[in-house]
Amino acid sequence: MNAPIRELTYAQAIQEALATAMEADERVFIMGEDIGVYGGAFQVTGDLVHRFGEDRVMDTPISELGAAGIAVGAALAGSRPILEFQFSDFATLAMEQIVNQAAKMRFMLGGKVSVPLVMRLPSGSGTGAAAQHSQSLEAWLAHVPGLKVVQPSTPHDAKGLLLAAIDDPDPVMVFEHKLLYKMKGEVPEKAYRIPIGKAVVRREGRHVTIVATSIMVHRALEAAEVLAGEGIEAEVIDLRTLRPLDTATIIESVKKTTRLACVYEGVKTLGIGAEISALIAESEAFDYLDAPILRLGGVDSPIPYNPTLEKAAVPQTPGIIEQVRNLVKGRI
Amino acid sequence: MAEPVAMMKGDAASNQRPFYAQFTPEQLKEALRRMCLIRRFEEGAEEAYMRGLIHGTMHLSIGQEASAVGSTMALRKTDYITSTHRGHGHCIGKGADPKLMFAEFFGKEEGYCRGRGGSMHIADVESGNLGANGIVAGGIPIAVGAALAIKKQKRDDVALCFFGDGATNEGAFHEALNMASIWKLPVIFVCENNKYGMSVSTERSMAVANVADRASAYNMPGVIVDGNRIEEVAEAVLTAIARAREGQGPTLVECKTYRTRGHSRSDRNRYRTKEEIEEWKLRDPIGHFETELVANGIATADEVAAIFAASDAEIAAGLIFAQNGTDPSPNEVTRDVYTPGIPA
Amino acid sequence: MPVEVILPKVDMDMATGKIAKWHVKEGDAVRKGALLFEIETDKAAMEIDAPGDGIIRNITAAEGAVVPVGQTVALIYQDGEAASAPVAAEPLPPVKPITPAPRPDAEQTAVLPAASASGRFPATPLARSLAKQGGITLENIAGSGPRGRIAAIDVHGVLAKPTAPQHGDEGGFEVIPLDGMRRTIAQRLTLSKQTIPHFYLTVNCDLTRLSEIREILNAQAPRDAQKLPVWKLSINDFIIKAMASALELVPDANVTWADEAIHKYHSCDVGVAVAVEGGLFTPVVRAAETKSLSQISEEMKDLATRARARKLLPSEYQGGTTTISNLGMYGIEQFTAIINPPHATILAVGAGMERFVPVNGLPVLRTQMTCTLACDHRAVDGALGAQLLAAFRNFIEEPALMLA
Repeated sequence: MNAPIRELTYAQAIQEALATAMEADERVFIMGEDIGVYGGAFQVTGDLVHRFGEDRVMDTPISELGAAGIAVGAALAGSRPILEFQFSDFATLAMEQIVNQAAKMRFMLGGKVSVPLVMRLPSGSGTGAAAQHSQSLEAWLAHVPGLKVVQPSTPHDAKGLLLAAIDDPDPVMVFEHKLLYKMKGEVPEKAYRIPIGKAVVRREGRHVTIVATSIMVHRALEAAEVLAGEGIEAEVIDLRTLRPLDTATIIESVKKTTRLACVYEGVKTLGIGAEISALIAESEAFDYLDAPILRLGGVDSPIPYNPTLEKAAVPQTPGIIEQVRNLVKGRI
Repeated sequence: MAEPVAMMKGDAASNQRPFYAQFTPEQLKEALRRMCLIRRFEEGAEEAYMRGLIHGTMHLSIGQEASAVGSTMALRKTDYITSTHRGHGHCIGKGADPKLMFAEFFGKEEGYCRGRGGSMHIADVESGNLGANGIVAGGIPIAVGAALAIKKQKRDDVALCFFGDGATNEGAFHEALNMASIWKLPVIFVCENNKYGMSVSTERSMAVANVADRASAYNMPGVIVDGNRIEEVAEAVLTAIARAREGQGPTLVECKTYRTRGHSRSDRNRYRTKEEIEEWKLRDPIGHFETELVANGIATADEVAAIFAASDAEIAAGLIFAQNGTDPSPNEVTRDVYTPGIPA
Repeated sequence: MPVEVILPKVDMDMATGKIAKWHVKEGDAVRKGALLFEIETDKAAMEIDAPGDGIIRNITAAEGAVVPVGQTVALIYQDGEAASAPVAAEPLPPVKPITPAPRPDAEQTAVLPAASASGRFPATPLARSLAKQGGITLENIAGSGPRGRIAAIDVHGVLAKPTAPQHGDEGGFEVIPLDGMRRTIAQRLTLSKQTIPHFYLTVNCDLTRLSEIREILNAQAPRDAQKLPVWKLSINDFIIKAMASALELVPDANVTWADEAIHKYHSCDVGVAVAVEGGLFTPVVRAAETKSLSQISEEMKDLATRARARKLLPSEYQGGTTTISNLGMYGIEQFTAIINPPHATILAVGAGMERFVPVNGLPVLRTQMTCTLACDHRAVDGALGAQLLAAFRNFIEEPALMLA
C-alpha cells in the first residue's frame, strides 16, 4: 500500500522548512517581530522558539530598518539569517538596507562577498487589513538586480522554495500570500528544494497561456476549469520566481498557444505583467502571437477596506474567465 | 608640521599616558606610518582626481587620521569594521594595501572591488573591512549584524563601526544601537564627529551637544575623546574592545575631530570660515603624534623622516601600479550581481 | 483661398475611387468645367471636371491611387495665389496588383498593400507569419477580429481553400489583378447566388411570327440621307419590348426585393446585359413598354456602345426589376442566369433553334427560342413567375399583341 499523503497547511510547510533548515545548519537563525512566544502574526513560526531557543528564534524590536541591516551584517559575517517582516508593507521601512545594501553588496565589493539572507514577506489583500497591510510589492523588489524574488503558491512550494532560498548564497525575498497560509496540500517530509528561477506548468492547454503568480495561480486554475467546459484549453504557468524570470517556459508556452494572459495581484501598471508582455514582444514568441496580450492585475488604487471594493481591486475568478474567454474568441 | 598643543605635551617620565604602555614601540611606529600613509594616499588621490585621472567623486579625511588609526590599531584581522563614504583612513588603518586602493580608484580589475565600487565602496574583506558605504548610517546596522553573527558563532571577535556625526540623526543609528545594547553585542560604535554633516553643523542638526550623550538612551557607555589625538582615541577604543570581548556589550566613542578638506571634491566651503579651518590645521594629528613619539623616546627624528619618505615612495609606486592596471571588460558588466554556480 | 478638387462620390455605396487618369498636370491652367481626371468606380469610369478657374497644384493622388470619397486630390489656385504645402490627407497608395509570393529564400522588402487609412492591415503577428509562409498576402483576407484584425484562423481559412496555386512563377499562368468592375461582379453575384432563393422556369417560344414581322419592319425601314435604313431591329429588341409588355400585363412581377418590403414599380424598366471587355454592364431601358421597337433599338445601340467604352452614367445602369441575358449569338441553346440584385427576375435567352414540333400530329420544322426565367422566390412566387413567362411567350409568338 502506498503511504498516505501527508497534508500540511502553507504556514505549517513554511514552519517545517524553517525547522528543517535550523536543524541541518546551526548558522541558520530567524528573526522578526513577535515570532517568538507569540508565534508570529500569522502563526508561521508557531512554537519554534521552544524547540530552538530565543537565540535562534529572535524577537526583534519594532525596527524594520535596523533588523534588515543586522540581517545583512550577519550574513556577511557567516550566519544565515532569515528575517520575517510582519507584513510585506513594513519592508518599505527597510528599503535602504534591502535595496542599497543587501542587493548591491556583492556587486559593489567586486564579488568578494555574498549576502546569504532570506526575507519572508506576508503580502496580498483579502483580509480586510486595508491599504497599509495588503500590498503586493513583489514587483518593486524584483526590479532590483542583486535580489531574488520568489512567490510560492502552494504548501509544497512554500517549503521547497524556502529551503532553496535558505541554501542560496544571495538575498532571496520570499513573498508569501496571507490568504494561502491556511491552504492545505501535500508536503513531503523530506527536505526537498524547488529550484529558484524555474516556473512550473500547472495545467496544460493549447489555446491560451495564463501566467499567474501566488494566489492568482489558483484563480487562474479555477478559470481554466470553467473554460475547459467551453472548449477553451488554457495552459496555466505558475511563475514561482519573479527574479530570475524563467523566460524559456513562458516563451515556449506562448509559441504553442499563441495567446498570453498575465494574472497577478500587484498593481497592473508597470507590474510583472508588463515585464512578461514585453518579454514576449521581444522574443521569438512574438511571431506566434495571434491576439493582443492581456494583463489582469491590481487596479491603480491602494487596497480598500470595504470588502466589495477590496475584491474589486484585484483579479477575481469570474473576471479572469470572462477576459480570457474574450481573448481566445478574438474579441479583444 | 604643527606645534603640539602645550597641555598635551606632558612629562614623558612621570606623566606618560597608558597608551604608550598598551602598545609596543613597533606598534606605535606602525600607527604613525599608517597615519602618514593615509595622508599621502589622500593627497595622491586628490592630485590624480584634479588631473582627471580618477572620475566620480571622493571624500577626503585629511585631518581625521588619528581616529581612523587609533580605532583600528587594537583590532585583530578577524575583527570586522564597517566604514563610511569618508573611509580611506579606516581601510588603511585595518591593513589595506594603498596600491590596491588606488587600483580601485582608477577602476581597475586589480582594485579591491575590481573597479566596481570606487572610493565610496572601498573594502578589504580579507582584512575584515566589510566596506565603506555610500548611505549615511548604512553600515551601522550591518556592523551590529556582524557582531550578532560573532556572538552566535561564539567567537571573541568584535565589530567596530565607523560613522560620522550626521549618521546619528538617522533612524538606522538608533535602531542599531538599541538592538546592540539589548542583545549585548560585541560592537564598538566610533563616531567621527567632524562638526558638519556635509554643510550643516552639529549645533544646527542635533538636539544634544554631543553624540556621546545619545548613548545613555541605549544604556551603553558614551565616551568623548579628542579625535585628533591618537592616544585618546586608542585608549577609549581599547577599553570598549575589552568590554565587547568580555560580553559586556557595546560602547559609543565620540571622536571630536575635523576634516580640513571640503565634504567632497565639489565643496566650496561656504558654511565655515577659513579661520576655523586654519585653527584645526594647527591641531594636526600627525604632527602631534610624531612629536609625541620623539618626545617619548619611541622614535628618533631620523626614523620619523624615514617613515615619511617610505610613505611617499609607496604612494608614488601605488599610483603607477594603479594606472597600469587592467580595465574591466564591458562584457562583464553584470558579473557579481549574483553568486555564480548556484545549484539550480 | 484655393479651390479644392475632391474625389467626388459618383456612385451609390461608393467609399473610394481609383484615379484612373489625370488629364492635367501640376501648373496647368484650367477653366471651370474642364476635364481634370477620370476615376474608376465599381462600374464605370467617371470624368471629373474642374470646379473653378486657375492653376492646378498640389496633386496628391497619383494615377492608380485609391482615394476615399471627399478627399482633396488637388487645389486650384487663383493667379498670384501662393501655393501652399499639400494640405490633403495622405492619399492611399496605389493599389498593388496581387503579385506572386516571393520565394522564401529571396531577399525581399515586405510590401503590405493598402487596406486602411494607415496603409497597414491589422493582423496578428501569427497571422502575418502564416500568410508569409503560405505565400499569400493579407490584402484579400477578411479579418474576423475587432476592427477587422486578421487572425491565424482567417489565414487558415484562405490557405485551406483549394484555389489555384499561388506560386505564379511555377504554374505557367499570369495573375490578373482585379479591377473595380470584376470585384463588383464577384461581390454582387456571390451575394445573389448565396442569399437569393432562385427558382427557374423554362419555355420554348416559337419565333415564326416574330421572324416574319421583323423581316417586314426591317425591309420597310425609312432611309436616311446616306440611304441607310434608320433602324435594324434585332430579335433582342423584340425580347426587350416583350418583357416590358409582360411586366405591364403582370404588374405583381414588376418588383424588387428590399428586405423589409417589396417595391412594386409603375414603369417597366428592363436591364439588358451587355458583355464588355473584362466584364459586363446591364444598362436599363426605361419604360420600355411605352417605347416603340425602333426607339428601343436605337436606345440599346447607344447604351451598348457607351457600355463597351465604360462611359455609362450610374443612372443608366441602376434600377429596373428584371434583366435580359441573351447568349443566343453564341449558339447557346439554354442556360440559367443569376439574378442581378435587387432585380426580382432575370431571363436567360437561348439561340433560335430549328426543331421538329408536332403540329396536328405531324412533325413540323419550327424555329424555337428556349427562355429560362430565374425568379427571386422572396418576391415572385412560382405561379406569378409562370404568368410572367407565359405572357412573355405570348408577346414573342404574336408580336402584334404588343401593339394593343
